Amino acid sequence: MDGIMTTTHAVEVRNVFKNYGDVEALHDLSLDFPKGELTSLLGPSGCGKTTLLKIIAGLLPATSGEVFVNGETVTGPGPDRAFVFQDFALLPWASVLRNVAFGLELRNVPKSEREAKAEKYIADVGLKGFEHKYPHQLSGGMRQRVGLARALSVDAQVLLMDEPFSAVDEQTRRKFQEDLLDLVQNENKTFIFVTHSIEEAVYVSDQIALLLPRPSRVSEIIRPGGFRHKDPDSIRRDSEYLDIVDDIWKSLRTYVE
Amino acid sequence: MNVLGYKLPAMSSLIIWGALWEIVGQLELSFFLPALSDIFVTLTEIIGTPPFIKALKETAQAFALGTFFAVSIGIPVGILMGKNKLADEFLLPWVNVFLSAPLTALVPVLMVLFGFGLKAIVITTTLFAIWIIVLNTRAGVKQINPSLVEMANSFGASSFAALTKIYFWAALPEILSGVRIGFIRAVKGVIIGQLLISIVGFGALFELYSAQFLMTHFWAVLLVLFAMAFTLSEFLAHLERKVEYYASKR
Repeated sequence: MDGIMTTTHAVEVRNVFKNYGDVEALHDLSLDFPKGELTSLLGPSGCGKTTLLKIIAGLLPATSGEVFVNGETVTGPGPDRAFVFQDFALLPWASVLRNVAFGLELRNVPKSEREAKAEKYIADVGLKGFEHKYPHQLSGGMRQRVGLARALSVDAQVLLMDEPFSAVDEQTRRKFQEDLLDLVQNENKTFIFVTHSIEEAVYVSDQIALLLPRPSRVSEIIRPGGFRHKDPDSIRRDSEYLDIVDDIWKSLRTYVE
Repeated sequence: MNVLGYKLPAMSSLIIWGALWEIVGQLELSFFLPALSDIFVTLTEIIGTPPFIKALKETAQAFALGTFFAVSIGIPVGILMGKNKLADEFLLPWVNVFLSAPLTALVPVLMVLFGFGLKAIVITTTLFAIWIIVLNTRAGVKQINPSLVEMANSFGASSFAALTKIYFWAALPEILSGVRIGFIRAVKGVIIGQLLISIVGFGALFELYSAQFLMTHFWAVLLVLFAMAFTLSEFLAHLERKVEYYASKR
């Protein structure tokens, strides 16, 4: 444990730079992710939000700077983090059951144990009865539920979600957002959520980090507070919700060609 | 197959060509082409005889060993080339050269290096089959969805687990079609090997029958070979169809 780290932050990003050749993708980026909350990384495309998420995941090395997860320096992927992919990243040759259990399979958990766990999370995400279907037999929304169940089943403290709802249709997306609020409430995990949708970020987040591009840095941190514990239906009509959406759009519009 | 709105039964084209062969054979236009019915009569005569069984065993053994090495070396090398840029640049020119090289011309060299026995025949068979398997496996690995690799990494997969649980399966449709084409080439390889290196197996039968102008015997053995190659190829095509459902969705 590093002495200066506090326990209230599950993930801390300190002075991270990332260069791709001559292109500076991230410039001196520092950001804290409070434990048990959902933080969105919001910004226009090309602002490096997915790069930052993959650095936190340990899938990409930072050029310099450090990332701490529960006080420990990140050097690569670890069991304290699980990733949800934009394109779902399911094994097309494996059943739903094996896909959900695959994270545990890679960690050499015995078959009966990992399948019991997988079955629980398959039921939790609402896919009971689909255990022996294959990904190509499922809709986009159902596939992402499989991806989510896989990430939940390894029981990591930090869930990293890379635009998880961008490849599903609008209705499914809304349902997902509501389910995500429940998940944050009930699972006691820290969520880091990449999105380019302002409404989505404001709707689901405890904290929004607004990233501006070229090179990427955090321009603003917004903490929507008042409507967080209202029921899901009234959030979208809440005046604070609407104001924050408006403010963010004002900050971002200059960066949109 | 549909002709003038009628659906013809399966294998009708085979029957038509067979009938045509029979007619041409009965006309006795050339000693080279005996009637199909005569060939079948000869076939039933020779198929159980000890020389035929011996030849079949020798050919099957060389074929099995040759394709075994082609698959067990070719697939790992192909995966390595697909994953590793350095290995790819190092090996790809050679794979392409050997794929298009007239391997028959190399057989005398193999005889010098490996003698006149089974070893040289097996190596010839392997050399005929392996390159297309390597290239196809490589192509299969190269088109893998990078998300799948990231997914495996994010869950802490060892490189061995990534190889056996991700790369191999993702490339399986291409691997199978490479193996199918490789096996067909191996049939060619084993016969050329048996003709040129040591006169054994079906190669010896071909040599014997053609030298003595026993054309019905020659064709009978060729038909057996065709039938076996066809069965093998159809079996592998069947496996390919089984993985087709995910080939387009990786």
